[in-house]
Amino acid sequence: MIPPVGLTHFVIVSAILFSLGIYGVITRRNAIMVLMGIELILNSANINFIAFARYGGMRLDGQVIAVFVIILAAAEAAIALAIVLNVYQRFNTINVDEVSKLKE
Amino acid sequence: MMNNLYDIFFYFFALISLASAAIVVFSRNIVHSAFSLLFTFCGVAGIYVLLNADFLAVTQILIYVGGILVLIIFGVMLTNRIVDVEIKTGTLQTLPASIIVAMMAGTLCGIFYVTDWNSVRETPRLATTTYRLGELFMTTYVLPFEVASIVLLVALVGAAMIARRDKKSTYISPKA
Repeated sequence: MIPPVGLTHFVIVSAILFSLGIYGVITRRNAIMVLMGIELILNSANINFIAFARYGGMRLDGQVIAVFVIILAAAEAAIALAIVLNVYQRFNTINVDEVSKLKE
Repeated sequence: MMNNLYDIFFYFFALISLASAAIVVFSRNIVHSAFSLLFTFCGVAGIYVLLNADFLAVTQILIYVGGILVLIIFGVMLTNRIVDVEIKTGTLQTLPASIIVAMMAGTLCGIFYVTDWNSVRETPRLATTTYRLGELFMTTYVLPFEVASIVLLVALVGAAMIARRDKKSTYISPKA
């Protein structure tokens, strides 16, 4: 008998999403793949915030924090892609293992 | 019956987001990864709807799918030679990474499963959250809201500055 969906189900989904994101960040060498892993991690954190907002009796405060997380994710994606484009123009690769110099 | 429908939708959205997240992480083709990320974001938006966060679900679709995903696909298209038919990305240390991540996922899920959460009573469903959220942003959270708007402005201006192609230098290393 499967118990009805509750807080545990949501946090377990977010835990698996978080682990997949960590796996992407630590195994990929392409900087854009690392970014995608970070987006997965941020999404899993957001699921946690909203699940606890609903089931933890905090009403809407968790959702407000989730909005801030989305704002910061947008800023982070813009900055990171600008940096990735610059790195590509300078080193002609976005393999994060080969980009090991800050200054030539 | 209503509860059953809720459960079915939860498993549907969870399956969509987790399966496509697995494709994002395990696919060797970066374009496949980028497009699977679309389904992950949509599945997560569905989970938000189930959690009574309608405004956040729409925000998720607008900002993640409409903004961040487009940026990521721009990045993919601008940094890979598209003339290559296969756009592969390398992986490294897959085995230790899988072991560590599997252990971490197992630990997290086990802890989440056995924890007796203190207050798992459901809060009553609000009709819509947008009005209350706007109220909170303009009252309790007005300072973080303004700071976040400045952060976003500065980040976007900075990104435009960094990514701009400099006319004078030619991006060839000075020694070469």
